[in-house]
Amino acid sequence: MIQADLTVILPEIILAIYAMVALIGAVYTSKDGLGPLLVWTTAGLMALLAFGIATQGGGTREAFGGMFVDDGFARFAKVAILLSAASVLLMSQDYMARRGLLRFEYPLLVALSAVGMMMMVSAGDLMSLYMGLELQSLALYVVAALRRDSAKSTEAGLKYFVLGALSSGLLLYGASLIYGFSGTTLFSGIIQTAQAGEVSLGLLFGLIFLISGLAFKVSAVPFHMWTPDVYEGSPTPITAFFATAPKVAAMGLFARVLHDAFGAAVADWQQVIVLLSVLSMFLGAIAAIGQRDIKRLMAFSSIAHMGYALIGLAAGTELGVKSMLMYLAIYVTMNVGTFAFILMMERDGQPVTDIDALRQYSRRDPGKALAVLILMFSLAGVPPMLGFFAKFGVWQAGVDAGLTGLVVASAIASAIGAFYYLRIVFYMYFGEENEDPIETRSSPVLWGALMGSAALMLIGVFYQFGVEGAAAAAAATLVN
Amino acid sequence: MIGLEHYLTVAATLFVIGIFGLFLNRKNVIILLMSIELMLLAVNINLVAFSSFLDDLVGQVFTLFVLTVAAAEAAIGLAILVCFFRNRGSIAVEDVNMMKG
Repeated sequence: MIQADLTVILPEIILAIYAMVALIGAVYTSKDGLGPLLVWTTAGLMALLAFGIATQGGGTREAFGGMFVDDGFARFAKVAILLSAASVLLMSQDYMARRGLLRFEYPLLVALSAVGMMMMVSAGDLMSLYMGLELQSLALYVVAALRRDSAKSTEAGLKYFVLGALSSGLLLYGASLIYGFSGTTLFSGIIQTAQAGEVSLGLLFGLIFLISGLAFKVSAVPFHMWTPDVYEGSPTPITAFFATAPKVAAMGLFARVLHDAFGAAVADWQQVIVLLSVLSMFLGAIAAIGQRDIKRLMAFSSIAHMGYALIGLAAGTELGVKSMLMYLAIYVTMNVGTFAFILMMERDGQPVTDIDALRQYSRRDPGKALAVLILMFSLAGVPPMLGFFAKFGVWQAGVDAGLTGLVVASAIASAIGAFYYLRIVFYMYFGEENEDPIETRSSPVLWGALMGSAALMLIGVFYQFGVEGAAAAAAATLVN
Repeated sequence: MIGLEHYLTVAATLFVIGIFGLFLNRKNVIILLMSIELMLLAVNINLVAFSSFLDDLVGQVFTLFVLTVAAAEAAIGLAILVCFFRNRGSIAVEDVNMMKG
C-alpha cells in the first residue's frame, strides 16, 4: 500500500532527497565552489525528471487516500515547471558567477521550490495544497533576498514575504471555512457538498478567501502590488525564475482547486475570475506604459498575461483549461527568451535595465535584435507569432462559454498593451542614437535560449511538437 | 452554552485585527510579523473549533501543519528582516520604500 503511494510521488521524492543530500554535502565541504556544479546537476536532474514524467504515460493515479493526484493535468504542468526552472538555472549561471552570487544555496532553493510547485499541481486535498504552496513560497522568499548585501534585493524579499504571508493567511482562512462547511478537506469530498445552486454561504465565503489567496500567487489585480517591486529588486535571473515556473504552478493549482473541488458550481466562481481577469489585463496594459525599467515592464506584462490565462479558467470548460495550459506553455517559452536577452544587457560589466539603453541596438547586433523583435511581437500577440495563437485559444474558449464581453475587453486590452512592446522594437530599430550604448555579453546558453525561444515562436505556428495534443489530454483529465 | 458561532466570531475578529495590523501599521516591521502570526492563529482556532464540532480529527492535523509552517515562516521572515536591517540600519515600515511605481 505505502509502496504504491511512494511510486506515485517518486519524482518529488527524488528531487527532495537530492536537494537535501546536496545541501548537507555542500555544507560539510562548505565551499561555494560547488555552486556551478550544483547548477548543472540540478538542471540536469530536473530535465531528466521532466523527461521521465512526460514519457511515463498512464492514467490517473492517487496516493495517500486521494491527497496527492497524479493525472495528465499534473504531468503537463510538472513538465512545464521542471523544464522552465532548469533552463532559467542554466541561463543564470554566468550572470550569478560574475557577480559572486553563485552560492550553493541558489540551485538547491530552486530545486526545493520546484518540489513545492510539483506538490501544488498534484494537490488533491486542502492540506497538500497548503504544504506545497508554502514549500514553494518559503524558498522563493529566500531567493528574492539572495543578494544579501543589496538594499534593493532584501527589500524585495521583505515585501514579497509580508504580502506572501498575508496571502497564505487569506488562503488558509478560506481553507478552514471550506473544511468547516463541507466537513472534509479532500477535493473529492468537497465537490459532493458544493453542487450547483446549493453552495452554502459559509462555503462561498471560504471559496472567495481561497481565490483571493491564489490570486496573490498568480499576481492578478487587485492582488498584484508586490509584483513590480519584487521583479525590480530581485537579481535578474531570479526575476526570470519568478516570471516562469511559479506562474505555471499557481495557475495549475488555481485550475485544480476550481475544477476538482468546485467544478460542480462553476456559476458561483465564474464572475470572480472574470473580474480578476479584466482588471489584470487592463492594469497590466496601462500601468506598463510609464515604465522605463525593463524588469518592471516585464512585471506588468506578466500581470497582463495572467489576466489572459485567467480567461481560459473563467470559461470553466475543458476547452478553457486546454487553452489556459497552452497559454502558459507559450508564455513561459516567450519569457525564457526575453529574460535571456535581459540577462545579456550590460554596460562596463554592470547590468542595465533601462529601456532607453536599447536605442539603435539593431545596428550593433542585428541577429539578437531580430530575435527580440520576434519575441516582443509574440508577447504583444501580433498575428503571425505563436503569442497570437495563445490569445486566440483563450478567446475561442471564452466565446464558447458565452463570455463574449470578456473576450472583447481582452482584445482592447491587448491592443493597448501592444504599445509598450512595440516601443521597445521601435527604440531598437528607429530610436535616436544613445550616448552610451549597451553591449550585450552572451554566453552560449543565453544565446541558445534567446534564439531557440524566438525560433519556436515562428516554428510553433506550423508544428506544435505534440504540445497541443498533450494539453487537450491534460484538460480532459481535469474536467469531467 | 458556548457554541460554534462564538469560536468563529473570536477567530474572525482576530483575523480582521491581523489584517488591519498589516495595513494600518506604519511603524515597525516586527509588528507586521506579529499580525501575520495573529492571522494564522485565528485560522487555527477556526480549524480546531470545526474539528471538535464535526467530530473529525482532520482539522486538528491541519492545525499542526499550520503551526509548523508558521514557525518556519517566522524564521524566514526574521532572517530576511536581519539582512534588511544590516543594509538600511532601520526596520521602520516607512523605510521600506526604495522601489515605487
